[in-house]
Amino acid sequence: MTESLLVDMRQITKKFPGVLANDQVELQVKRGEILALLGENGSGKSTLMSILSGLYRPDAGEIYVAGHQVSFKSPREAIKAGIGMVHQHFKQVETFSVAENVILGSKDAGFTMNTKQVEKEIAELSQGYGLQVDPTAKIWQLSVAERQRVEIVKMLYRGSKLLVLDEPTAVLTPQEARELFQVIKQMTTRGQSVILITHKLNEVMEVADRVTILRNGKSVATRERSQVNERELARLMMGQDIIAPTKRKLGNLGQPILQLKDVSAPSDSNRAGLCNVSLSVREGEILGIAGIAGNGRRELAEAIVGLRSLTGGSITLCGKDVSNFSPREIIEEGVSYIPEDRLGSGLVPNLGAIDNLILKEYRRPGLGRGPFINRKLAKEFALRLIESVGVKLTGLEAPVKMLSGGNLQRILLARELAAKPKVIVAVYPVRGLDIAAAEAVHQMLLEQRSKGAAIVLISEDLEELLKLSDNIGVLYKGTLMGVLPVTEAEPEKVGLMMLGSQPEEVKAS
Amino acid sequence: MIKLERRAAPSSMGLVLIPVIAVFLALITGAIFLYLNGLSSPKGITWGQVFAVYGGMLDGAFGSTYGVSETIVKAIPLMLCGLGVSMAFRMQLWNIGAEGQFYMGAFGASWLALTYPELPVYLMLPGMVLLGLLCGGLWALIPGIPRAYLGVNETITTLMLNYVAILWVNYFIFGPWKDPQGMNFPLSKPFEPSAVLPTLGSSRVHFGLVFALAIAVLLWFVLKQSRWGYEVTVIGESPRTARYAGMNIKKNIILVMFVSGAIAGLAGMAEVSAITQRMQQGLSPGYGYTAIIVAWLAKLNPFAIILVAILLGALQVGGYSVQTTGVPAAIVFMIQGALLFFVLGGEFFNRFRIVLKNQGKVEV
Repeated sequence: MTESLLVDMRQITKKFPGVLANDQVELQVKRGEILALLGENGSGKSTLMSILSGLYRPDAGEIYVAGHQVSFKSPREAIKAGIGMVHQHFKQVETFSVAENVILGSKDAGFTMNTKQVEKEIAELSQGYGLQVDPTAKIWQLSVAERQRVEIVKMLYRGSKLLVLDEPTAVLTPQEARELFQVIKQMTTRGQSVILITHKLNEVMEVADRVTILRNGKSVATRERSQVNERELARLMMGQDIIAPTKRKLGNLGQPILQLKDVSAPSDSNRAGLCNVSLSVREGEILGIAGIAGNGRRELAEAIVGLRSLTGGSITLCGKDVSNFSPREIIEEGVSYIPEDRLGSGLVPNLGAIDNLILKEYRRPGLGRGPFINRKLAKEFALRLIESVGVKLTGLEAPVKMLSGGNLQRILLARELAAKPKVIVAVYPVRGLDIAAAEAVHQMLLEQRSKGAAIVLISEDLEELLKLSDNIGVLYKGTLMGVLPVTEAEPEKVGLMMLGSQPEEVKAS
Repeated sequence: MIKLERRAAPSSMGLVLIPVIAVFLALITGAIFLYLNGLSSPKGITWGQVFAVYGGMLDGAFGSTYGVSETIVKAIPLMLCGLGVSMAFRMQLWNIGAEGQFYMGAFGASWLALTYPELPVYLMLPGMVLLGLLCGGLWALIPGIPRAYLGVNETITTLMLNYVAILWVNYFIFGPWKDPQGMNFPLSKPFEPSAVLPTLGSSRVHFGLVFALAIAVLLWFVLKQSRWGYEVTVIGESPRTARYAGMNIKKNIILVMFVSGAIAGLAGMAEVSAITQRMQQGLSPGYGYTAIIVAWLAKLNPFAIILVAILLGALQVGGYSVQTTGVPAAIVFMIQGALLFFVLGGEFFNRFRIVLKNQGKVEV
């Protein structure tokens, strides 16, 4: 058993300030296999692979390569042990040739470079694996797919036995992706192993031999490809034990508060942003939004709160057209936003609790006269909010980045809910939180719902959506596939809609 | 095994200790060069003599009323320019154009003093202050506006504009403003007494000191107690959070660049009005650049900037005073350079700690 394992990662734990990125993760790679590492964004895939490739060091856990325990202090040591990672963003020097990039940073590049020799070796390697690369071409002349091949060749040249590909198809066209899969299959026949990081289920089914699924920093399952289907993978990825929604009484839904009509918005990478999304959230309603990462969840949230400009359609709030309002105007209309990246964009990490709690309040006259902030009033205001969410703080001035993820989120929620919002946009509000903190966050949201707020809850966790939502909408490639009342939203049905099926098709099947 | 660990928060002891150690190391570096320099002289040199040079510098800067007043005179433009750049640095705007803003402030003030020499003092001096602030501020807006709207790198543009400002001023003192009685030196006519800032007694310490102290208090107050200061702090710490909170980042970039340049412009006004009392070539021996060191050594704290400016002012005065003993004045710039080097290097220890251990232990 052991000798067939190329890499064995045991009980890997890695903490970042406020986040438990990897929690006792187990991962095994056999020789000559393609292992898919499946998980949502933020489930800990990249952290785990960065540990394996020597970029990060684990806080706990052991790594064995070919039976020997290793502890990589740098990517170079990992490369020496035969582990090569191809990142999403290639680290290449544009004005250098392919061959020069390949030997760049490798140990045997001396003071002078024998480029001719390297070019020959690259040509041989690329022929052997069917990787078409011209070793004399300059990087800037190459397409993204070609650059990716260069990275792969670089790793092969350095003698990688295990190739880690971080979402390699994200930048490729379907044809290019198919070619890439041919190449990695070719590799395994030569005894190499490949880890394919992905959140695309069809890729897993297409090339992987086995699949390990991460969720919330934990390895939840490892399956043989032949023994799973997409549906089960989706279930494992989103939330393992989905409780069928209890026939709970739906809230008394009032007037529509937030309405989106044919809203379109670009994404950061000019891929599927939002296309003609129309939805309506009523008073006292929680509208859950499901969807796999990269299908428009973040864009939807940012469009509503004014951080992303619309290219079409309109947004109305209580009947008032607020399309393309600035973030500040949207805040003033009574919209609260719990962002995905709570420490990076919802809080100021280096400032204390007071300064973080007054972030949305500092403009209002309640905190001081004219251009000034009354520090005493600010402190009282902050203390009131802290008390309302029951957080124990060691100091009001200590940088908030020292707080645990749960307390960070409580502080953020305290602030966002303080102004009695009409609309709340919450993105992954419990990601990375322990059960108690997650439950507290859910209670706060439900309380706001009973107070009549219209809530848009965007989550990757189907279980969470089914538990809290009155209605569930599903985003796929930037379009809303439909909105289902929670009573009709069976996990399988929502799961298939997340993969692109229309609700009617699902019913028919 | 030695390993580096990222600190969750900068150590509080480091905040004080690192500048002190940096000063110490810079002085040692200077001593080594003084020693090597002395070796080449026919008489040779001992370490005792090297440290006597430092003693001489200390004595020159603080040992007499004259020394102290000269130290403060040199410190005033450093204080003001340092306060100016610190404002921009707070928002992570790397304004290294205080030198140019200083010159433009001096230019604006000189223009009023030379064009309307008959103005009474109560119009002249406030007018010069206003024009100093305005010209320095506007000069900083030239890189500030493209930075705000197009993301043009302000480090390069502010630096380049220093040369433009100096050449602009040179044009005037070599041309239209040249003093006919100036024996062809690049000088303007001397200002009327109404255009000269008052000084403390018979010393050269001038009213610019009051400007500097007032601005230090004002900046501290604005940053701590005002809504705008809060915005500047948040934007400087986390632009994404600031955007999320609905703050107008573009507007604040422009505003902060203006304020930053205006304070440096005021420094230029004070210098030209109180010290040279006419516009002349080489008005600043690089105050705008030294101010960057001042701001960093002081960790952008307004009151620390006042103290550090005095320290660096003393270094310059001390350097001049030991020149007579054959020590090159350039030693001052070398120590300044070493200071910045060690302060920036010390930042590393603020962010990381060095850990000696054998195995990765878990802390949960």
